[in-house]
Formats: sequence, structure tokens, C-alpha cells
Amino acid sequence: MKIYCLSGHPTLPCNVLKFKSTTIMLDCGLDMTSTLNFLPLPLVQSPRLSNLPGWSLKDGNAFLDKELKECSGHVFVDSVPEFCLPETELIDLSTVDVILISNYHCMMALPYITEHTGFTGTVYATEPTVQIGRLLMEELVNFIERVPKAQSASLWKNKDIQRLLPSPLKDAVEVSTWRRCYTMQEVNSALSKIQLVGYSQKIELFGAVQVTPLSSGYALGSSNWIIQSHYEKVSYVSGSSLLTTHPQPMDQASLKNSDVLVLTGLTQIPTANPDGMVGEFCSNLALTVRNGGNVLVPCYPSGVIYDLLECLYQYIDSAGLSSVPLYFISPVANSSLEFSQIFAEWLCHNKQSKVYLPEPPFPHAELIQTNKLKHYPSIHGDFSNDFRQPCVVFTGHPSLRFGDVVHFMELWGKSSLNTVIFTEPDFSYLEALAPYQPLAMKCIYCPIDTRLNFIQVSKLLKEVQPLHVVCPEQYTQPPPAQSHRMDLMIDCQPPAMSYRRAEVLALPFKRRYEKIEIMPELADSLVPMEIKPGISLATVSAVLHTKDNKHLLQPPPRPAQPTSGKKRKRVSDDVPDCKVLKPLLSGSIPVEQFVQTLEKHGFSDIKVEDTAKGHIVLLQEAETLIQIEEDSTHIICDNDEMLRVRLRDLVLKFLQKF
Amino acid sequence: MDLECSRLLPALCAVLVDPRQPVADDTCLEKLLDWFKTVTEGESSLLLLQEHPCLVELLSHVLKLQDLSPGVLSFSLRVAGIFAAQENCFQYLQVGSLLFSQPGGAPGLRLLSAPPFFLSSPAPCPGAVDTIFSLQGDSSLFVASAASQLLVHILALSMRGGAKEQPCLQGDDWPTCAQKIMGHVEESLCSTVTPKVTQALNILTTTFGRCQSPWTEALWVRLSASVACLLERDPIPAAHSLVDLLLCVARSPVFGSSNGSLWEMVAQALSCLGPAHVGPLALGILKLEHCPQALRTQAFQVLLQPLACVLKATVQAPGPLGLLDGMADDAMMVDALLASKSSCAGLLCRTLAHLEELQPLPQRPSPWPQAPLLGAAVTVLRLCDGSATPVSSVGGHLCATLAGCVRVQRAALDFLGMLSQGTSPQELVTQALAVLLECLKSPGSSPTVLKKAFQATLRWLLSSPKTSSCSDLGPHIPQFLRELFLVLQKRLCSPCWEVRDSALEFLTQLSRHWGGEADFRCALLASEVPELAWQLLQDPESYVRASAVTATGQLSSWGLHDPTSPQHAVARQSLLRELLRILSADSEGFPRRAVMQVFTEWLRDGHADVTRDTEQFVATVLQVASRDLDWEVRVQGLELALVFLGQTLGPPHTHCPYAVALPEAAPARPLTEALRALCHVGLFDFAFRALFDCDRPVAQKSCDLLLFLRDKIASYNSLREASPNTDSVEAAPWRWRAHEQTQPQEDQEPEAVLAMLRSLDLEGLQSTLAESSDHVEKSPQSLLQDMLATGGFLQGDEADCY
Repeated sequence: MKIYCLSGHPTLPCNVLKFKSTTIMLDCGLDMTSTLNFLPLPLVQSPRLSNLPGWSLKDGNAFLDKELKECSGHVFVDSVPEFCLPETELIDLSTVDVILISNYHCMMALPYITEHTGFTGTVYATEPTVQIGRLLMEELVNFIERVPKAQSASLWKNKDIQRLLPSPLKDAVEVSTWRRCYTMQEVNSALSKIQLVGYSQKIELFGAVQVTPLSSGYALGSSNWIIQSHYEKVSYVSGSSLLTTHPQPMDQASLKNSDVLVLTGLTQIPTANPDGMVGEFCSNLALTVRNGGNVLVPCYPSGVIYDLLECLYQYIDSAGLSSVPLYFISPVANSSLEFSQIFAEWLCHNKQSKVYLPEPPFPHAELIQTNKLKHYPSIHGDFSNDFRQPCVVFTGHPSLRFGDVVHFMELWGKSSLNTVIFTEPDFSYLEALAPYQPLAMKCIYCPIDTRLNFIQVSKLLKEVQPLHVVCPEQYTQPPPAQSHRMDLMIDCQPPAMSYRRAEVLALPFKRRYEKIEIMPELADSLVPMEIKPGISLATVSAVLHTKDNKHLLQPPPRPAQPTSGKKRKRVSDDVPDCKVLKPLLSGSIPVEQFVQTLEKHGFSDIKVEDTAKGHIVLLQEAETLIQIEEDSTHIICDNDEMLRVRLRDLVLKFLQKF
Repeated sequence: MDLECSRLLPALCAVLVDPRQPVADDTCLEKLLDWFKTVTEGESSLLLLQEHPCLVELLSHVLKLQDLSPGVLSFSLRVAGIFAAQENCFQYLQVGSLLFSQPGGAPGLRLLSAPPFFLSSPAPCPGAVDTIFSLQGDSSLFVASAASQLLVHILALSMRGGAKEQPCLQGDDWPTCAQKIMGHVEESLCSTVTPKVTQALNILTTTFGRCQSPWTEALWVRLSASVACLLERDPIPAAHSLVDLLLCVARSPVFGSSNGSLWEMVAQALSCLGPAHVGPLALGILKLEHCPQALRTQAFQVLLQPLACVLKATVQAPGPLGLLDGMADDAMMVDALLASKSSCAGLLCRTLAHLEELQPLPQRPSPWPQAPLLGAAVTVLRLCDGSATPVSSVGGHLCATLAGCVRVQRAALDFLGMLSQGTSPQELVTQALAVLLECLKSPGSSPTVLKKAFQATLRWLLSSPKTSSCSDLGPHIPQFLRELFLVLQKRLCSPCWEVRDSALEFLTQLSRHWGGEADFRCALLASEVPELAWQLLQDPESYVRASAVTATGQLSSWGLHDPTSPQHAVARQSLLRELLRILSADSEGFPRRAVMQVFTEWLRDGHADVTRDTEQFVATVLQVASRDLDWEVRVQGLELALVFLGQTLGPPHTHCPYAVALPEAAPARPLTEALRALCHVGLFDFAFRALFDCDRPVAQKSCDLLLFLRDKIASYNSLREASPNTDSVEAAPWRWRAHEQTQPQEDQEPEAVLAMLRSLDLEGLQSTLAESSDHVEKSPQSLLQDMLATGGFLQGDEADCY
């Protein structure tokens, strides 16, 4: 059993598990932090961004000034943003049989894998995962395609040149493999390869293993996966949450008794308590709006935004902010808000029961109804007519490199009355803000990450007790910035095995058993003999039939009857002929009694010698030697077949046959 | 015993011994027992028994019945105990031999144990003491505890009766009974069964706690060796009880301060008890008034150990900040700290609580290590918020264990707040304020932690020394306040109402003390805090609204209004209007009560809005308050009326004979005019109505107010003679009672009011009101009748069956 690690990002994993002749890709995350090295894509012509000076080397060489621009002390690539793909060289991805997706954030690299690697397998995911994943991809493609950029920079990627660049460009990894965003066509093609599954549904893979998605409590339709054969069980835990938010709660019990537990997607901000962060979010929002400022919340179109809207629904009235408009701007805003209301079976119990009232499970329906929340596909069109300040705007992309958020950053950045509140933990907020500096607007960082923290992990591991834990290397040591926080790492016995990007990890786990079925008529014919109290044995003579990784013992064919001249063979004749089977022997030969028996049968002049392994019985007269050892008996005589057979039969009398 | 009860008693006794009668519930029996106690205290028990033969019958009858309920049996035994406590009754009853033969008799035992003649009589109850020994292990804790107490009684009595002269230390001449008990205790102390040891220790603790006769010294001399042996066992059995015993002995005045062997044993206990038990022992020792200095030093070191460990594990150079420098770490203590999260948190919380208890005591150790303790408190808080840097593996472990531990955080904040009372180096004060600010800022702080942090911050701010320089407050305070108000702003917007509430309470307290300080005013007015407090008057949570009322009222008293408001005066005026609106319209009681308190305070302090037209203000408020459904609001209305009375007629007379008599201030205006003003604001209407309020506190308060008024008026001679038509006056007050007076009377005449006041028996009313509302139901007659009534019903049922 091996794990191939294709992504170094602990919360955007992409691993391949080889298990019992199957090759299973676990998640397909896309690391988008690479886009932070690029200039933002402004929706509206920005004089500031279009007039940035080109960057030149220390010696004044300016050959890169078209590709690299200097902006507030940092150097950015002036090109269409590119993403860092999972490793494609470590393993031949065309051999991947299936891809299991755990949540919609972890499938963003899917089109790169399914469309460009010769992948011919199936992708499994739950319905909300696919639908919301589609929305995320659609938004991404839309954000990038609607600001066409003629230039695609590649010179800077040259290894010799990259070395000369300032940080962080100099330290960017695998730049040569960075790719531009996929197209909608690729997205559609990739999504068409997905097969929908439900929680606890058992899916057979080639008869070799069975995979089952379990609720992971993190997002709508998010799942952990159980991959099991008859005797082995691997659990894949990715992006799970024990907090009570909108999704169905996490199913922990089914993870018990795993041989291997692969643990990824823990919280990225282990020191931040989501409740406290929501409080921080609300307070800062209220303070800003009260002073006449606007609040910008860069966010994904699904996920935490539902919880934030629910929280604001309760909060704005109490804070006297009912008249402040909330805007949600995304090409998929409408679909996202509506989808969330129809996936009732994937929601937590509270929300599920609302559906039967019937009421919409999320209160944002009421916010929309009362005109407190308005949503628009983009800043163009209706939005510009309705736009009223002060207001709260939720829009993407959290990287601040593309999407409508770029426009609001340019628009509101100059006033200290306004505030940008970062709630998504995926991007460093300081890096995201770098191209907008100097910035007058207030910046608040309240990352809300509901995924498991280390305390919860240690409780979970105590509860489910896997034999081995496998996790990204980042989880086996405290975060570099807080090296003294020994509580911010996985602490388990035996210590967790860690992996890093482009590493292959052989799991210390040997498969020892295989299940074989016996046909009923064959089982009927067996006659077990008790050889020890409680243990019975029976010999089985059968044909092992193996197909689709399933093994079956069938009755042996009858000895071939001489067919009466007919040449045509029956189907059963395909089974190879078997020789008449000799019985198996067991037991031991008591030497003294054996000698007495020999004497009774007329042998004389018998001599017994003890050897290291047993005894030798010498029949001096017959010039014959019988070697009796623990596991074998040999009769050595000189070309006297009659004598050998006589002696053999005497030996056999002492043994049991079956 | 009054006649009515004497008449009812025989019937009740008959009901109690009748197994067919339903057993009255336990509460009734308890009440009855209490009554018997009161009665026997007041009159001769023997006479009572002789006059009520039914009681003797009850007691003798009860012991013969087989199927009596345990409740009634236990009751009867306890009644017997009450009577038998007097020698003549004891002999009259002759119950000595009866009691111990009953199972479940333990509750009565304690009461029976008092008479010394019980023990001095020759073999009153053979095997009684043995029975009590076995009852010590009874499954019922009450029985076990009663048995243990009884043994102590018996021991004390036998010693008191037996050894009048100086007791012999060997105990050869001790009474048999005492010898027997001592033998039992000694045997139990050597037992390997922990509960037995605990029982023995508890007997000793109670003995030394109750009896301070010289013989207890002899007792200790005899037993101390056995007690000392316990300290050599591993693990030490019944450590908790052992600590109690040691402290009890140490506190006993019999031993004085010279008992070397006792102190040696305590010192040994300090060094060998586990961290969980050694803390209370150390604290107890430090609280003793007389105790060897060396032992105090040792106890204090023990108490400081956990914090010393924490400091050592996190401070780079153990320089001036170290606690217990140069001492080796106690391995047991370190183990306890590292064993588990709960043991670490428990140990630290206990230590912090012990030190907090010790700090204000006069006998606290001196010199008090204020600076290291402050350093330790700051460090513990830093460990909890994850910002401490450990310098050893122990530190790393502590860091991981304490990160996010709310329990320790709360204890450390309390402790830190307490440390504000001492003098600390400026650098550490800065650190303490920084850690408090950090705690207030942190989004992860739970509401309870925030509340504690606010309390601690308040204590530190208020105790900060004032300087004589241009700045009113300390040099660092203005900057701190600026940052604090930024945090407060955010906390006032918190979605969690508990947080908003604690932030408002903090604001109220701070402005109450610092409202006049220029630095404070400057920082506050530069922030949005006043405006936010104003907005919270509309909070959906009633507690928050109440706190917002108090806070804005306080701010307004100091003229701390939102300066950005275009019309300052208008804003102030509108606060009065807003508070009146809350008083008349808020659906919850808390905000309305808060408004009344603010108004009372405003009236007392002469708030500008009130003094503009005081009479109008009082009239409006009283009118609204009188209609309020919440009695506390009405009481507060009367309080406000009292303040107004004081202002109109002069302050109340001091009745203290030793008070310096101030020259009687001349009343502000003539009485008639003053009374007319009172009539005008509707004060009498409100007060008379309140006099007959269905809520007793309101009526009481009104009674007090009217009495005060009557006394005041009495000092004016001029009006005494006035006597208007008596009939109409007499009738008037009762009209309020009959709720005829739904509308306030317009412009009552002062004379009529005065006459009404004189006609009322206010003293009588006051004493009636002083009795609790259930005094009738609580009377013994009522109790006996109730119990009989329960039985009576049964008889009725029986009749129906035929």
C-alpha cells in the first residue's frame, strides 16, 4: 500500500492511494496562492495599475519590464494569473482508476487532471459537492475570462532568470508547471465524468475494494471516505468539522477500527476560535457602518458566507443596522443562494426540520425578501443603479487578484472610513493586500475556519483509534511562527507518518488475508474432522475461480468420462482435468509400536537408531531403512517394490487420512 | 404551650401512632420538632410531660409498634431526645434502655447524648457505644455523621465528668467509656482501610474543634504518634481529613505556640503530602496567628511552588523575578503540573485562589512577594493566551496544556485584579495592563473571561497612583485609555449580549470613579463609546438595556455626552426623554428599575436636567412609577420620593446619640409651601396608594416614608392645631385600599393630607408589615390543624366505605 503525494498544500490535498490493485486519487485540490504573485485584474480600467513602472535588474537591465511591474515595493507578474497544479510526473495519472472528492474546495484542479492526463476513470462526489464545485469553477472562469489579457508572461519562469528576481517570486516553486485557468468547456467535460453518490452508499471498485462517503460536517455535501477490502480499512479524513454550522454533523463512528487513517484539511488558523471570529466580524462591521463607512468582505460564493449571513440576520436588527444594505456580488450569487435552500437532506438537523414546516432552511431567504440582501452577477448593470452607501459587500475572489473585489478595493481603499474584513483563511491577507498599498481603509483579519483543530483531532483519534495515522508534514510540527506551541501539532501513538509534495510513502501495513468464497454444493461435500478440541479440518479439492478480484472455490470437475465418440466439448470441460487426489496424512508414528507391528509381520533383526530429527529403523535382513522424522517418513529399499508397498501400508496404518 | 395547642396535641399523638393513618410528610414532622424545641426552651419540660400524658404515651407506644413508618419513629426518638436532655425528664421517661434497641435510631442519638447523667449512670445501655461504632459506617451519611458526632459528645462528657483534676497523660484513670472510645480511635488510625482512618480522624477533628479543655492536650499526646505514623504511609490515607485534623489541633488554644511536636508533624506533612492536599494545609498554617516563623516560611514556600515552577519554566533569566530562587523544584509538584490538563488547571486555580485569600489578611507573610507574584500572574495569563515563550521542556508542556484554558484564565484574572492593591514596579504594571488589554482585545476570549478581565482592569486603573504632573492620571494611563476605548467600542458592538453587558458595566464603574478626570474625559469623548452606549438603550436584550440605562445615566451625570452631536444640550435633554420612554414603555422590569435608580441618583446629585424643574420631574416620574407592575420599580419610586422629601423638608434626623449634632438647618421654605409642593407632585397620592400595595416591601417602604414625613412635620408647631373635618379624613386613606381612587387626586390640600397622616396608625402598620406574610400559616396551631386535617380526611373516607 502506497501513498503518492501530489500536492504540498495540507488543506488542498491531492494524493494517490495504491491499494489492492486499485489506484485511487483522493481529492484534487488546486493551490491558488500562486496568483498572489500576479497583478490584480481590474474590471474597470485602472490608471494606477496600468501605469506601474516595469521592473529592472540591479544592473539596470530592463528586459523583463514588460512582464514584471513594481507596485508599492513589491514585484508582480503582469499576466493572466496562473495556478500551481498537482504533480503530474510522480505517477502516470492515466492509471488512476477513480477520483474521490471530499468537498467542493478540493476539486478545483479536476479539469486539469481529467482533461489533460489521459484519465479514463470515474470521479465520485456527492451532489452538493458537484453543484457548488461547478459554481466555484464557473465563477473562477468568469472572473478570469471577463478581463482578457493579451499577455502571457513566461520569460520570468526561466530558472536562471527566476534566481535573479526578488522574493517571493524567487522562491516560488515549480513555476514551470503553473498553468492558466481552464475553460468552461473543460469544466463541463470534467464534471461529466462525475458519478453522484450519497452518504453511506457503498461503491464497489472492481470487486477489490469498497468505497463509502461519510458526512464530514464541514460544508454542504462534504465527505470523508472509507476505502475498505474484506480485511483492511483505510479512512480518508479531509476537511471535517465538529462545530454546529449548517451541514450535517460529522459521522465519526464509522471511522473506527481503521488500519490507516489519512488526515488532511485541518483548520488553517488553529489559534482562532470561529465563534470569537464571528463576533469580531460583527463588531467591526457595525463600527464601520455606524461611522458611515463601507465594509468589503472578500469571500467564496458558498460556504462560510451562509453562516455569516445567518449571523448578520440576527445581528443587524439588534445593532440598529437594519437599514444598511447587504450586497452579494458574484456571477453565481443567485444560484448559490438558491442551491443552499434545496439541499435539505445534506443540512444539519435543525435546518432539515425547517423544510417540513415549510420554511426555507437558511434565513437569507428572508433577508432577500425584505430587500436587506441583494445579489447581483457583477458590478455592471443593475447594481450600479441600486448601489447605496454605506453598505456591506460580499464578493470574490478572496485572493484580491480577480473578480469584482478588485474594483471595490480600488474604489474604497483610499478612505479610512471603509473596512475590508478577511474571513477566508486560504490567503495571507497581507500578501493579498500588497498590490493595493498604501491603503487607507482599515483591514481586519478574522479568518473563520470551522475545520478540526488539534484538540479536536486528538479527541477524534482517541475515539476512533486507527493503527496508523498519515498526514501532511505541516501537522507533525508546530507552526513555524509559533514554534513553542507544542499543542498545535498532531500528537498520537504511534507517531503520525508524514508526507510532503512529490513524495511516495510506503505504508507499514501488510495485507495478510484474502477472502475466498465456497460454492454451496462444495461446502456441502466437506466433512470436517476434529483434530483438536474446537478445531476441525477438512480437505478441499476444488477449482479456484478468480474474476473481478473475487475468488470462488467451485467443485472440481468429475473425472472425464469417456465420451461416446462425441467430439464436441461441454462448457464444463474447459476446467482443467484433475488427477485423482491422494489423501492427506496426519499424525505421528510411535516407534516402539511400529517395531512391534513389523515384528508381527515377520520382519526380524530390527534395529532402531535415534537421530537428531527422529529415528531410523533398520531392517538389516532386508537391507532396508525406514527414516522416521517429524514431517516425513522415507522407506529406502533396494529395488524391491513389493517390500516398499508392504512397508508403506504398515506405516500408513499409524496415520490418519483425510 | 398555648391552650389551643394543648387541646390539639392528644389528637395528633393519636394520629401519629396509628399505622392506618397517612404519615404526615417529613417537613411537617420537622416543623413540629422545631416547635417542641422552642417550647422546651421556654418552659419546664417535666411540667410539659406531666401536663400532656399523651406525649409519654406516644413515646412508649412508638417503641412497641412494629410497622411504624421510619419517619415517625425517627421523629419520636428525636422528641424523646429533646425531653431527655433534662435530668428530671430523663428519669421520668426512663427511656435509656429503649433507644438503642431500635434500628434507625441514630437521629435521636445525638439529642440524647447531651445529658451527663446518661453516661454516669451505671451501664445505662450495655453495648451502646459499640452500636455507635458500627453506625459510623452506616450507608446513610446522616446517620454516620450523627454517630461520629455522638461519639465526640460522649467522649467529651465522660472526660468532663470523670477527670475533674488534671488528667493523667497515660489515660489509666480515664473513664471507661473514654478509654473505650480512645481505644477504638487508636485502632482505626492503624487500620489499612481508609474509611476507618477517615472516621477516626473526623472524630478527633470534631473533638479538638469543640472542646478546648486541658484534657484534649492529653488526648493529643496519646494519639499524636499514631497520627504521625499516617504520614509515613505511602500513599498517605485520608489526606484531606488529616489536613483538617492538623489545622484543627493547630488552631486549638489549648496547645499554645510552644507545642514543638505538633509543629514538627505539620512540617513533615508539608513536605510529604501531595500537591492536592498540601495547599489547604499551607494556607491554614499561614492564617494561624501564632505559629513558628520557620513553619510559616515553609508553608509559604509550599504555596508558592506551582507558580515558581511556572515562572521558572518561562522566564529567561531567573533574576529578580524569581519566586523561591535557589530552591530545588519539588518533583511531586512538577509531576502534578504536567500530569494532565485537569490536574494542572486544578492545581494552578487552587494556588491562585489560596494566595488571593491570603493577600488581604493582616497575618499574610511579610515581605509579600508582590513583584514575583505579579510576574507569575502575567505569565500564567500569557500561557493561557499562547503568547508565553517557554525556556524549558516543562515550559513547553505547560504552554501546550494551558493554551486556551478558560478556567485558569479566570482564576489568574481574579488574582491579577487582587494584586492591584499592592505596590509593584512600573515595568510590571505596564506588563499587567498590557496583558489585560490583550485579553480584552482577543477575539477568542470567552464572555466570562472578558467579564473578569474588565473587573481586573477596573481594579488596576482605579488603584493606579495619581501624579501631580500635568496629567491627572499616571503617565501611561492616557495612552492605555485610548487603546482601551477602542476595545470597548468593539465590545459594545459584540453579537454576544453578555459581552455588551459587561462592557457597559465596566464603563459605568469607570466613569463613576473617573468622570471628573480630564484624561479620562478626553479619551472617552474622543471615542465612539458614549454614542454606542446611547444606542444600546435600544438593545434587544433587557439586561443590556438596563446596563445601558445605568451607563448613559452615569455619563450624563458627568456631562459626558457625544461631542459630535450637533446640539449638545438637545442630546442631553433627549436622554431624559428616552429614559422616561423606557420607564413607561419597556416591557421588561430590569431597564425600568435601572431608570428609576438613575433618576434617584440624578435627583440626589442635582443633575442639571432635573434641577431645571425638579417638581415637574418628580411629578412625572412618580406618576409613571406608581402605575408600574414591577414592585421594585414602585419601591424605587418611593426612594426617589424620599430623596425629594429630604430636599424639600430637610434631611432626616440622626438618631445616633453619639453623632455630632449639626445645627438644625433652617427649612428651605415654609412648611405649608413645602407640603403644597409635595401635594403638587402627587407624592402623597403615590405614598398612600403604596401603603396598601399588595407587595409588602412597597407598603413597608411607604410606611417608612410617611413616618419620616410625620416626624418632620411634628417639628413644626404651627400646624398641629389644625383640625379639619375628621370624618372625611378618616375615610380617605381606606379609599386607596379599596382601589376606588383610580385617578390621582388633583391638588390635595396640605391640611387634609396632614390630618390623614395623623389619623393613620403607622407604627401599628409598620409592625404588622414587619411580620412575614405567612406568619399566620406558620403558627403551631396551624401546623397541628393541618396535620390533623390530613388524618381527618381518612376518617371521612372510612365512613364512606360503609
